[in-house]
Amino acid sequence: MHARKANRLAFFAGAILALAISSPAQESHIGKWDGHPNAGRQLFFRYCWGCHGFIGDGNGENAPYLNILPRNFVAATYKCRSTPTGTLPTDEDLFNSITRGFLTTYMPSWITLTHQQRADLIAFIKTFSPRWAKEKPGEPIKVPEEPALTLDSIKHGRELFQKLECWKCHGQAGRGDGPSAATLTDSNDQPIRPYNFAAGKRFKCGETNHDLYKIFMTGLDGTPMPSFGDVIKPEEAWDLVHYLRTLQITHNSPELTLWKSTKEGAEIVKAATITGTPTGSGIKQ
Amino acid sequence: MLRGVLALPKHRVSVLASLALYGSVFLSILLCPASALPTPIGNVYAIPAFARKYGMPCSSCHEAWPKLSPFGQQFKDNGYQMGNERDAPIYQHPAYWPVTFRITPEWHRESTNRVAVDGATPGSTVEAQINTSGFDWSGLDFHTAGTLAKNISFYVLPSSDNTGAFHFEAVWGRLDNLAGTSWLNIKFGKFELDNLQSEKRILTLSNTGGSYQNYHFQPLVSPGSATSPQVSETLYTFGIGDNQVGAEWMGHSKDDRTRVSAALLSADDGEPGLPAGRGYDGFFTASRAFEIGSLGLQRVGAFAYLGETPTFPQFTQGGVGVAGTGIGNKGFYRDGLIGMWYVKKLDVTTMFFHGWDSAFLGSNTAANTPLPAGAQAPTWNGGLIETHYNYNPQLILINRYELIRMSRQVFASNPGNFGDIDAVTGGFRYYPFISSRAGFAFHTEYSIRRQRGAAPITGRDLTSSSFLFGFDFAY
Repeated sequence: MHARKANRLAFFAGAILALAISSPAQESHIGKWDGHPNAGRQLFFRYCWGCHGFIGDGNGENAPYLNILPRNFVAATYKCRSTPTGTLPTDEDLFNSITRGFLTTYMPSWITLTHQQRADLIAFIKTFSPRWAKEKPGEPIKVPEEPALTLDSIKHGRELFQKLECWKCHGQAGRGDGPSAATLTDSNDQPIRPYNFAAGKRFKCGETNHDLYKIFMTGLDGTPMPSFGDVIKPEEAWDLVHYLRTLQITHNSPELTLWKSTKEGAEIVKAATITGTPTGSGIKQ
Repeated sequence: MLRGVLALPKHRVSVLASLALYGSVFLSILLCPASALPTPIGNVYAIPAFARKYGMPCSSCHEAWPKLSPFGQQFKDNGYQMGNERDAPIYQHPAYWPVTFRITPEWHRESTNRVAVDGATPGSTVEAQINTSGFDWSGLDFHTAGTLAKNISFYVLPSSDNTGAFHFEAVWGRLDNLAGTSWLNIKFGKFELDNLQSEKRILTLSNTGGSYQNYHFQPLVSPGSATSPQVSETLYTFGIGDNQVGAEWMGHSKDDRTRVSAALLSADDGEPGLPAGRGYDGFFTASRAFEIGSLGLQRVGAFAYLGETPTFPQFTQGGVGVAGTGIGNKGFYRDGLIGMWYVKKLDVTTMFFHGWDSAFLGSNTAANTPLPAGAQAPTWNGGLIETHYNYNPQLILINRYELIRMSRQVFASNPGNFGDIDAVTGGFRYYPFISSRAGFAFHTEYSIRRQRGAAPITGRDLTSSSFLFGFDFAY
């Protein structure tokens, strides 16, 4: 009788232990959505494994054919974060990345998935790396309110662009063709091109001024783009944001409009503008 | 055992296990009483060329190919673009050409219970049941589609029947995201109507079950008899499931939750060379999707097709109407509501359908002649409920029930249920591998359709059924 009771207890204890071991500990929390890894697993093996691989190491069957390798979730190094360089991103950072997709890569926007599905995917992605069990995400950096746009702000941003040697990679006109551009590699030893500001209005990690601020204050981990969080003051960072917007000559931003209203700005923008189409007639650089 | 095989790491199920699984599920379908219920092989769209271009598995864009997932629907609505500045051909290897073929070798059995055949007495006609079965193959589709440049997409689909006789099922170009907004997309050519429940992405393939009854229904005119052994049918041809020729404006929110479209179409039911008249039709759709907790994305929508068709030729040549000179246009319309409901792995599509034909069309009467005595405009209502259970991206179970009920006969003297249809289809598709290069499915399906009073002589019910299994593949 006692032996049977002991066996039953042992069975239940074993079952509870097995459940505890088999249940991935990682979850995600984005606003009112709590993500669950088991639900995310099903989604991952429907949508993501082709590039990111069965074990999330970014070595899926398509990885050899991609010029920018898929994210390695095992290494857990992420470009787009609101957290300081070297730290893990927040769940919301990952959520925004999945929602937005990555410009100039084959990572599309998954905005068509429901909020819950995206939260579930994040919970599952986090199970790939032991980092998530050992470390907490970094504390998001504080982004002060954007100061009013002024010509002085743009001009100061331009000075910073020179002083911080942004041009070495991004080029003087921001076309991603600086003298160092051809030599850059990412943490996978893959060649990587600096962002070309003249190509549009979106960045890899967002498209607002707020996003741009975060990009150079947190850096893009795994790429040669460093964090300037310890180098420049917040107000200087906003000046740089305002200037960088003027390099986006195909996007009619308030910064570009203000910059073009000056003789100097108008001449610089005109000189940087390409007319015609890259494959059509009338090309003039 | 089944669970064990299905639980193996995906895409690594051995061929042997696949065959064992296919066999066991196939047998279970055969033996299951539910499968003993009462279903043409059409052109169905699933394009591994896109999977190859983007390196994504079929299961990204297809719930189970060819049926689109919400992600696939957005990709299509966005002009076959992911939107990451890597869609234009200039970013592809120069050797890449977006071509896919699809064909289905199969075994199928067809049965129709009352077909008019010669009787024992010379000159007499009797009804007989005709059954036939054997190995066969479907038509062949060559899909070529994609982008010509950023925000300019195209689709050309030469399609053959199983004798190899080709026609163009789709030929269109599309200007996408005009003025930088996803609300302005213009398509021009021959294309599939913006049906949420797409017949071109239907998961069933048999002669009976490979199309939606509601999308092709036209009322019967009068029953057959011993002296006139055939049911009289309306002569004009139209199917909301047929690809049509015209121009379409389509708009959608960036997340594709809201979709609207309007199309202006030549009234030729998609046939080339302007064979009918000079009339135009219109097709309009609107839908909205919303999230319900962890269940998934739900969508509700409405559609309406307003058309007209000529009833007699303006000119004849040797007594035969000159093509393209049809006049005496008379109207018809089809409208409906659709709901697409997701409960995690289970999805259910429900559709209400309503149709109306002018009395002239309903009674096959030229508009320059008086209507037959008692002729009235026929109306009908229809419904569809289709369920899919996605066990995982490799296995989908399919079930569909459709009904059509006449609410007003062309002639009041016809039986009230004359022409009513019930159709049931069940089956499954198993994909032994999922990759970004090609697609292959074991397909099994049974379908049965009954139409009231449509037997050619006795006026009894006409029942036809199909059973099909085969290898459905695309590359």
